[in-house]
Parts: sequence; structure tokens; C-alpha cells
Amino acid sequence: MAGYNNNQTDITPPRWLLAELTYACPLQCPYCSNPLDYANYKTELSTDDWKRVLSQARKMGAVQLGFSGGEPLTRQDLPELVKHARELGYYSNLITSGYGMTEEKIIQLKEAGLDHIQVSIQASTQELNDHIAGTASFQHKKQVAHLVKKHGYPMVLCVVIHRENIHQMPEILAMAEELGADYLELANTQYYGWAHINRDLLLPTKEQFDQAEAIAQAFKEKVAGKMKIYYVVPDFYEDRPKACMNGWGTTFLTIAPDGVALPCHSARELPGLDCPNVNDNSIEEIWHESKAFNFFRGFDWMQEPCRSCDEKEKDFGGCRCQAYLLTGNMYNTDPVCSKSPAHDVIGQAIDTARIQALSGNEKPLIFRNSKNSQLLG
Amino acid sequence: MALNQTLPILFSHTHRLQWEEAQQKYVILYPEGMVELNQSSAEILKCCDGTRNLVEIVSELEQQFATSGLHNDISAFLEVALKNGWIQQQSN
Repeated sequence: MAGYNNNQTDITPPRWLLAELTYACPLQCPYCSNPLDYANYKTELSTDDWKRVLSQARKMGAVQLGFSGGEPLTRQDLPELVKHARELGYYSNLITSGYGMTEEKIIQLKEAGLDHIQVSIQASTQELNDHIAGTASFQHKKQVAHLVKKHGYPMVLCVVIHRENIHQMPEILAMAEELGADYLELANTQYYGWAHINRDLLLPTKEQFDQAEAIAQAFKEKVAGKMKIYYVVPDFYEDRPKACMNGWGTTFLTIAPDGVALPCHSARELPGLDCPNVNDNSIEEIWHESKAFNFFRGFDWMQEPCRSCDEKEKDFGGCRCQAYLLTGNMYNTDPVCSKSPAHDVIGQAIDTARIQALSGNEKPLIFRNSKNSQLLG
Repeated sequence: MALNQTLPILFSHTHRLQWEEAQQKYVILYPEGMVELNQSSAEILKCCDGTRNLVEIVSELEQQFATSGLHNDISAFLEVALKNGWIQQQSN
């Protein structure tokens, strides 16, 4: 079995902590990164539990902290957790849909020590935004973006890109400029969880992707020095996999709403990891000793062609969740890699999505909500 | 955008410069990112408090470290810092 034979002194401490405070969310985005069966996880950590987790991870060296979800604003103790995080010296990022945000709360969070707010917008038009979000939210999101700027936060606008909105790239960029975004995250959809089951409807064609990328690239040069662009590549159109999580158990630590600790936020989908819970173990024990965090550390777990590949220290064999979802075996090379014997599955996925796109007779999106979660889970 | 020689230099209010005990080094923190600094870069940035311009920062550091001839190195680093948005200068 993988892991276990690592030299403990080789383990680097966590730098990033993603605190998924809740799975509750008023939005229903069909590419949500939460697990399909999220409705089965009903318990949430208490305020004191979260404070303990933040303290323990900070002591080990975690410094970037994301408050995420679900919608983290649904947690009434958010300002208290932000205050605790600031006292510990974290740089805190609030990753929000903006839903439920008020000017009063923006001020309250600033006073508590929040460093930055990332607001997601689903599209450049009200009609499409509200359709994708499954909730009327467009005008409010734009107001929130203005308020974030007004109160001196660095403003990060996040737009997830997929086939339904990729044609709006010029308007999305204009919107970011109009809202005065300091950073714009153009996140091409990653096909896990809800995005995986909706892939035929979300995956853009190669032509759409190339065109959108060229527009984004030209814009990046135009706004250099004023706005930074984070472009999350759509790995289906790459021939090498992403260096997922900067290597398993090297940098990133996700804590799910019920206290389960995950080496990446999708790792819940993988079989047999026995992911530990912060109610049973300290972060130190979880990071160093748990089966889950040692599972894909280092290179001993790899099969061919990764094992003898001279690029394995660059991309770590890609993403374990993608290997599992697309090949059925989480030890396989990420099939995005052109060296993978299963690389054909990517071409097939692209072709199937393309046929759907051209058919003019698309099946409806499956939205992320409790009813669908219970059906799918 | 190039560094103005006479205007005071201020560390960006949308970034944070912080000592990290676990890493034993200064880092710059910003939305979803972190830059690790070596000691000399950190010393330069700590001088960017909005009261001093380039020449005054050079003189401060040369005095502090009892050395001379730092002007080119400090100037080159601050150009990079400006380009990355770590520092700013108030324009009139």
C-alpha cells in the first residue's frame, strides 16, 4: 500500500488551509466542487472546533486561509472565526457568492481582520448568471463587488468558465474592469463532482476554448499593472497534467464542514483513504501520521508510465481524483497526460461534449441542490 | 511604470509583509498568494513606510549595515517590487 515508508523529516508543513465552513449554499451552480452526496453530511464543526483547528494548523506554519463552503456567510460565527484567524497571523480570504452580504457585514469583517473577499459571478448578464446560479443574484453580486472595493479590500472577481458562458469572455472582462477588480480569476471548470456529471453540457469545444483564451491573453497584456489575471487552465486541452495540489500532502489542507481532513477538496471521492477527522486527531497527527495524507506522498505509489518519467517531480503524475474518475484506478497516470495509456478517454469526453453542443437538443443541467444530492448520493 | 526617485515609497496597503516563525523568514501575503523574501529584500521593504524616497532608503540601509554602494541593488529590487504591486508611490 502507498505511503507509510516516507521519511517523516521529508514532510513539509501545510501552508494553505481551506476551511469549508458549511455545505449550505443558496446557490445551485451545476459545477460545484462540493461532493455529490453533500446532503448526507449534516453535522458541522462548532465555533470552538474551528478555532482549535485554526490554531493547530497555524502553529505548524499554515499562513494562507480560505473561508469557503458552501456559502461561508451562512455561518453566523464567521466574524468570530475571522478575528481568531487574524490574531493568529493568518492571511484570510473569504470565498463567497456574495449572497447574504451587506455593507454592515463587510465593515464588521474588515474590523475583525479579514484580508480579502473573492466574489464569484457566474456570467456577464443577469439572465445567464441567475440561470447558472439557480438563484436571482446578479445585481446583488455587482453591488457587493462595489462595496468590497469601497471598503479597501483587494477585490478578486472569480468567474468559472464553461460552455454556457465562454462566449461572453469579452463582456466578462469588461465587467471586471468596470467593477474595478484588482484580480480576476478566470477558472476554467475542473471536471469533478457536479461538473463531472454535467460535463457534456459544460465542456467547451476546442475552438471555443482557443478563441476565449486568445481574448483573455490580449486583455491580460492590456491591463498589466492594474489588474492581475489568474487563469486556471482547462486541463482537458493540455497534454501534461496539472501539478495537483503542488503534490499530495505537501502544501494544502482542506477541512470539510463535518471536520474530515482532506489532502484536496475532492479527495472524499477516492475509495479507501479513511480520511481522518479533526474531532479525533490533532492537525499535527493528521498531517504527519494519517493514512490519507501519506497515501500519495512522494513517488513510491506510482505506476508506469509515471514511475520512470523524468517529469514526475514536476507534475506528480497529475490529479488522483481525475485518474480515479476517468480510469477507475486512482493509482493510474492522470489521463490528461499524453503518455497515459488511457489518454483516449479525454478525446472521447471532448467528442461526446462536442456532439451534445452541436445537436441543439441538450439534456438539462443537473443543479447542485439537496434534492439532487439525495438522489445522486 | 518606473520608480520615481524623489517620491516617498509606501508598502502596498493591499499586501501584507509579515515575519513567519515557522519558515524563519519574511513573506509578502496577498489574495491567494505568498512570496518568500530573503533577508535583504525584507530589510528594504521594511523601510517603505511612506516617509522616505529611494535616496533616503539607500542612506538608511547603508548606515544600518555600515556599508556603501547599495544604490543599484536597492533600486533594481524596488523596480521589481513596484512592478509586482508590493509598493506604491503617491503621485501628485
